[in-house]
Amino acid sequence: MSQPVELPRWMDVGLLPLVNLALALAVAAIVVAVVGLNPLQVLTLLAKGAFGSAAGLSYTLYYATTFVFTGLAVAVAFHGGLFNIGGEGQAMLGGLGCSLMALWAGPHAGPALVLPLMVAAAMVFGAAWAAVPGALQAWRGSHVVITTIMFNFIASALLAWLLVNVLKDPGSMSVETAAFPESAHLPGMHQLLGALGIDWPRTPLNLSLLLAVAAAVLVQLFLWRSRAGYELRAVGFSPDAAHYGGIRPRGQVMLAMGLSGALAGLVGINELAGVQHRLLLDFVVGAGFTGIAVSLIGRNHPVGIVLAALLFGALFQGGAELAFEIPGFSRDMVTTLQGLIVLFSGAMAQVAAPALAQLHRVLARPAGAAHG
Amino acid sequence: MTAPAVRMDGISKRFGAVQANRAVNLMVAAGTAHGIVGENGAGKSTLMSILYGFYQADAGQIAVNGRAVQITGSAQAIALGIGMVHQHFMLVEPLTALDNILLGAEPHWRLDTARAQVRGRLEALMADTGLQVRLDSPVDDLPVGERQRLEILKALFRGAKILILDEPTAVLTPPETEALFVTLRRLRDAGTTLLLITHKLKEIMALCDAVTVMRQGAVVFDGPISQCSLDQLAEAMVGRRVHLGRAQGATAARPGAPLLQADGLCWRDALGVPRLADVSLTLRAGEIVGIAGVSGNGQGELLEMLAGMARPQAGTLALRGRSFTPAAWLDPASARRLGLAHVPEDRHRCGMVLPFAAWETAVLGYQASPRFAGRWGWMRRLAMRAATAQMMDAYDVRPRNPDLAARKFSGGNQQKLVLAREALAPEHAPTVLLVGQPTRGVDIGAIEFIHGRLRAMRDAGGAVLVVSSELDEILALSDRVLVMDRGRIAGELAIADCTEAALGRLMAGAAAEATA
Repeated sequence: MSQPVELPRWMDVGLLPLVNLALALAVAAIVVAVVGLNPLQVLTLLAKGAFGSAAGLSYTLYYATTFVFTGLAVAVAFHGGLFNIGGEGQAMLGGLGCSLMALWAGPHAGPALVLPLMVAAAMVFGAAWAAVPGALQAWRGSHVVITTIMFNFIASALLAWLLVNVLKDPGSMSVETAAFPESAHLPGMHQLLGALGIDWPRTPLNLSLLLAVAAAVLVQLFLWRSRAGYELRAVGFSPDAAHYGGIRPRGQVMLAMGLSGALAGLVGINELAGVQHRLLLDFVVGAGFTGIAVSLIGRNHPVGIVLAALLFGALFQGGAELAFEIPGFSRDMVTTLQGLIVLFSGAMAQVAAPALAQLHRVLARPAGAAHG
Repeated sequence: MTAPAVRMDGISKRFGAVQANRAVNLMVAAGTAHGIVGENGAGKSTLMSILYGFYQADAGQIAVNGRAVQITGSAQAIALGIGMVHQHFMLVEPLTALDNILLGAEPHWRLDTARAQVRGRLEALMADTGLQVRLDSPVDDLPVGERQRLEILKALFRGAKILILDEPTAVLTPPETEALFVTLRRLRDAGTTLLLITHKLKEIMALCDAVTVMRQGAVVFDGPISQCSLDQLAEAMVGRRVHLGRAQGATAARPGAPLLQADGLCWRDALGVPRLADVSLTLRAGEIVGIAGVSGNGQGELLEMLAGMARPQAGTLALRGRSFTPAAWLDPASARRLGLAHVPEDRHRCGMVLPFAAWETAVLGYQASPRFAGRWGWMRRLAMRAATAQMMDAYDVRPRNPDLAARKFSGGNQQKLVLAREALAPEHAPTVLLVGQPTRGVDIGAIEFIHGRLRAMRDAGGAVLVVSSELDEILALSDRVLVMDRGRIAGELAIADCTEAALGRLMAGAAAEATA
């Protein structure tokens, strides 16, 4: 029988994730070598592509912004004891919400009013889409894992139907809405920095980055400083103890799912208000699912999630760069690397723990022997 | 002279920062019953787990029947003739008793052939040892005492000559315990070596030939039972003198006004089995009412109904002048507001959130009280930490670290923390206190302390209801005793009329019929 290994905190939080990441990279290097490429060259190019230039860094941060939203969404539900797989659908609905608000209010008001309204609409639509599986779980006992997956498909179908039949710009050949009015465009980072006199290349990176940072801070405060967060975590760890403590688990399920959906909905702000400036199909492209991996690797903690989102953002950007630089290197190789990271940091996160515990014992022994 | 059945020399084992065993020596003569006693966390279970191959010792040697051995797993322990009966039975409940014995030791690939072979040998074994078990009944249908006989039979069938029993009487009624001891004496006289882990000293005195007392991972007493007294053992175990039982010159209860009144509570579970049948009781200010009974006879359900955690199908409840019916039953939050505090039976499942820090778990249920709730829904974490430090001081919770995770405290300290919360976290001291198994899994020193606190609460005018499966505890605390049996109140006795025998008769109604 194997006992869970107790590691000192600095190893558990700091060293173990780094070891896991190194293991994933090592196995990826083997795969790269088998394909006949030079692992060191590939890794260097990957890092350079992701962080080596202002444009590369901007793309990395832009991808990371979306992953922070979906990662936080998974984490909040997870602390409430729920596994929300529906980030994908909730993000689509969030996009729908912010687009409707942009098209409806955009022509009549300035950005100072329209943009906050769009953020609110994205959150409300995402929350509402998550609330339905939440309610089914709380009152009917339908498992959220199943219902949220189903709601992803429903969201996708709903969005396609709305775009084709209702929202499509008349006279346009593509399945997308008319462009948002100017007042519904979230400023790009190059515009913001340009206003401050800093020259920055034009990239998709936009003001949503700050929104993501704010979301991470607020989630941290909510979970560990507010009574609602305390009650949410109590339900997540032990529904029986929460019931004993006078907390109504149903309310907490609704709260957890609502917040989770609202965070996922913010993806629409980054992708649509920040970049596309119109509603189109498939703008989420799997970010909802990547959020699960991000949250898992970030240990469901906002700080970890921000770091994991950066890692995944770098892989996305660096991978795109690689595919461009090295002929024969496809994006699938990057997907393989992502898979390995999820495998080592998520599913096999504790595999290296006994070895580290052993190492810690060996290191600690001389000190202990001196006392004994 | 033959070699000792078990000889452990200089066994040390460390788990992280905890030295669970330090240079432990243990010598058990063949064919004797040897008791190992100690408080929770004294290292007795670790020592036995090392002997049974669950853990490897960091240092030390083991010899079985005079031969040095390295035990690396339970399969090897079984091969060496060591058997273990765990506190929580390792039985597959839907399978029959026979199949449970067969499982993992099938002598033939065809199950019916294997069953026939095993049955013959088992019947001979049962006749020899007096361990009667209905082999064809599913384990589900067997009463606890019979399940335990089955566990022992299983170990013996696999050739155990050395039998480790971990807290064997924790779940038994007094008559079942007596029957178990008769069987164990018979086994010992037939040459089986018994190792008994327990914290009930009376049992050691009644059964064992020799005893080893452990404290903080080390052996503090070792010797034949004939040379020691109960008090001596208790002192060795705790490291100081202890007084259990009714305090000398304890004041008599002066019951005042009724604070809680339950009438005709009925509850059937999902299968339609009545778990509570027409239960009525009154709890008055300034008295401790004990509820005795074998676990699982409705005490747990009763406690949950009274605390507002579950709702009966019939009956009424009056709490400090407010009355409740099943349609509008009490809920835990209102119960607290009405001055009812509840220490649940299962503190790990209900009483605390184990991964929470001590200070987070020490405000559970009171997180919304004005003391701890800040503006805008923020928590007043400083106030919470300060209150927790206060609780830890008042109830001697060790270590005094409000930031340590609740699960890292020992059982006794967890229980003291829960009790401290229920006594100190409310704005005003609670007037009704419901306590389930106040000292389950708690060591002797802490028992003395907890009992003292409960008495103090009574003397301050509180109404205390204690549910316990430990008769000693009921007798030590109560002013009035109700006995529960199959969901009913089987009888009520004033403390003056209570004897262990009288209570045992009322409690055993169910068990005696089931084994007949």
